Order: sequence, then C-alpha cells, then structure tokens
Amino acid sequence: MSTSTPIPTVNQTTSHARASVADAPRASSEAMPPKINVANLDFFYGKTQALYDITLDVPPRQVMAFIGPSGCGKSTFLRTLNRMNDTIPGTRAVGRVMIDGQDIYAPGTDVVALRRKVGMVFQKSNPFPKSIFDNVAYGLRINGMSSSKNDLEARVEKALQNAALWTEVKDRLKTSALGLSGGQQQRLCIARALAVEPEVVLMDEPASALDPIATQKIEELIVELKRQYTIVIVTHNMQQAARVSDMTAFFWLGKLVEVTPTEKIFTNPNEKLTEDYITGRFG
Amino acid sequence: METHRLLDRDLDILRDRVLLLGGETETALLRAMYALVERDSAAAREVLAGDDEIDQLELEIDRLCIDTIALRQPAARDLRFVISAAKITPILERIADHACNIARAAIELNDEPQLKPYLDLPRMAQHASSMLHAALDSFTSGDTASARAVIERDDEIDEIYNRVFRDLIEMMVNEPHTTARAARLLFVAKHIERIGDYVTDICELTVYMTEAEFIKHSN
Repeated sequence: MSTSTPIPTVNQTTSHARASVADAPRASSEAMPPKINVANLDFFYGKTQALYDITLDVPPRQVMAFIGPSGCGKSTFLRTLNRMNDTIPGTRAVGRVMIDGQDIYAPGTDVVALRRKVGMVFQKSNPFPKSIFDNVAYGLRINGMSSSKNDLEARVEKALQNAALWTEVKDRLKTSALGLSGGQQQRLCIARALAVEPEVVLMDEPASALDPIATQKIEELIVELKRQYTIVIVTHNMQQAARVSDMTAFFWLGKLVEVTPTEKIFTNPNEKLTEDYITGRFG
Repeated sequence: METHRLLDRDLDILRDRVLLLGGETETALLRAMYALVERDSAAAREVLAGDDEIDQLELEIDRLCIDTIALRQPAARDLRFVISAAKITPILERIADHACNIARAAIELNDEPQLKPYLDLPRMAQHASSMLHAALDSFTSGDTASARAVIERDDEIDEIYNRVFRDLIEMMVNEPHTTARAARLLFVAKHIERIGDYVTDICELTVYMTEAEFIKHSN
C-alpha cells in the first residue's frame, strides 16, 4: 500500500485517543475506571514487531470496535487482551495490559482464570462435535462451576437465552451442535463463552461468515450483551462497527491511530489517515 | 493502475446537479427582477414557466442523495457533503419559489402605472444574487472563509429592507391610493430579504460540510 499520508506519531495518537474517550457523549460510565487499560504495549512475533506503543482504555459495559486494514494488528491486539497469543511460540508482549486494575502479564497470573473472565468468540464458529447442551456445559464442567445437575441445566439455559438461541434449540438440546445453521453455531459459541460468566467478551470478526439475517441477530445480541459485559469486537465491516459500537479504534501498520466515539469517527474523524480509510481513499 | 472510487462518480454528479440548480435559481431571481424593473411581463412568465424544471431538478437531487447513501454508504467528509447537498437543494428550490413570487408581483404591477422609480429593490436583489453566486462558489470549493464572509453580507440586505419598508409604509399612509401597489412592492422586498436568509443557510451548510461544525443558531 502506498500513501503520502504520514503516520501520526504515537504521542499525537494517544493524546487524541484520550481526549476522545473523555469527550465520549455515550460514555455514561465516564467516571468509572476503565475495564481494560493498556499502556505502551509493543508486541512481537519473533523479531517482527506487530504492535507499537499501544495505549488505550476500554470503558466498562460498552462496545469498542477495532477497525483497520488486514495486517494492521487489530486481531493481534485483541488477542493480547486475554493472552491468546501465548499459544503462539516466539511471541512477546512488552508494556502493560490491566483488567480491573490487575496486570494480566504479571508473573503468576492464572491464564485459565483470565480467559474465563475474558472470553472469546472467533470468526469461524467452532462448536465441539458434541450435543448443543454439552457444548455450553463444557466450560462449566471443566471449571467445576455447577453444583448439581439442576444448576448445570439452569446455567446452560441462561447462557443460551443470553445468546438469543434458547427458543430455537430448547427442544433439541441433545442433538449435535454441528446440525445447527452457521448463524446458530456462532450464537452457540457465544453461549459457550457466556456460560462461564465472563466480564469481557472479545469477538474476532464474529459475523464475517454469516448471512445478513444471522449477522443482524449477532449485532442485536452484541448491543444487548453490553448491558452486562464489556465487549471488544474486531470487524472489517465498517457499517457493523458503526451499528454496534460506542467507541471505535482505528489501527494502521501496528499503531493505534485514534480511538473516538463511533458517531464522531464516522462523521468527522480526528485523523486524516482515519478519514482516508473509512472513506475508501487508501491505495 | 489508477483506481477511482465508485462513490467519486456519484459525488461529482451530485455536485454538478446542485450547481446547475443553483445557476437556474440565480437566473430566475435576476430575470424576475428584470421583469419588475423593466416592466417586462413576458420575462416574468418565462420565470414562472421555468419553475417546473427547477422542481424536477430538486427531485432528481433528492433521489441522487438517497441512492448515494443507500448504495455507497458515504462516511466522514463524503457523508457531510451528501447531507449538505440534500439540505441545500430545498433551500435553492425555495429561493426559486421566491423568484416566482416576485415574477407574479411584476406581472400585476406591470399592468398599473409605476409607483416610483425602483432604486433600492434592484440594489437589494443585485446584492442577494451576488451573495447567492458567492455562496455557490464557496460550496463548490469548500471555502469556509468566503462562506463566512457571505454570511456577514446579509446585514446589508436587512438594512436596505428596513429602509424600503419604512418608505413604503410612509407612502401608504400619506397616499392611500398607492396602498395596493406599495403592498405588492413590500412583498417583493420581503421575498428578497428572505432570499438573503436562505443564502446564509447555504453558507452555514458549507461550513458544516468542510469543518463538521454547526454554526447555525450559534449566535
């Protein structure tokens, strides 16, 4: 990609980002401490640096969307928020990621507990080859989170209801999850993530493989879920970011260019680079 | 290979149509005033006949704006441009309606003896059409400094209007037989004064389009 637009320096970026967050009209939780606080985060795949000096706050119970061209680091950054990148050999994070004031990269961090608290939904739905019930019950069982059969059933039902899937599957809980449609499978994966009662849900292009109706259901679900959860979503669909998110962060070449209230970024972004991207003037 | 955004073609067409509408509107205003000052009722009827074309242009631009939003989903400055075009269009159409009203007044006044030499009214109209021209130039170039300068010029129209208003009221009081004609001229003055206000609205939208700043109602 060639562009004559200079990349804003990180200092400009963070000052914009902070000013924008403070100005957020929808940020009713403005006075509350951020759910996620990232400071000066660099990330490396071996010797290749993928993220540069990212500083960003995610307010609680809001939806933040990450947008940017392929390879800009938005998925990498999403995966630093529950240390999913730890599973890739040779990766290294430098800087600080705090969730509820706790540094999740501090030595001795219980990564399993972290991922229970910070759940994740992927681009491609990945149900286990098990029944619908067992998919949702899986995390509850391995985490020992249910006290009885009745409790387990109640938790599974609640998770399916929260994922807006209950009425569609309540009569066939024992059938294979693989028999569900793509959109239902994705909502099942959301139910599976919600079953273990996370506080943050990370979604990596959760609707990119779905048809418009299934996409609409996922988007409505995201807006509903923010009443209880903090949600961070990576999307290539800018209209989706516009529809579901309160704040939008734009990444480019591993840098955070700006994070701004969504209605502002789509009408009057702070940075020319952002404007060039969302208006399709790149290239 | 050089690539062009599909959106750019739509925005170019939209800009062209708005400018065409602006040009037609400006012509209608000038012709209506010519019809009044030169007592040329045929010219006035031409203005009235041309209004259909202006109405059709308005509808065409409405459709272009809706299609562009629906099909291209413009964002940021592109979105602000489309929104501004959609808001400027009915303003231009209303200015053209005022020109038609002036033309109708001219047809009626031309059937009667001229009340007095028209001096202030042509000056007001000249001022309004020059403001309109400058406002359309600012819109095309996105030049907010010149748009703001045009807004300042509206005060001059208001001043002339107040003077015309006083003169005509005085005439109606002192020479009651002139009342019907004076009242018609008063309406002409009011139409021109309103056009000045509409031009101001266009300039405010140009500022919004370029700077994303709402200056309307800011005083």
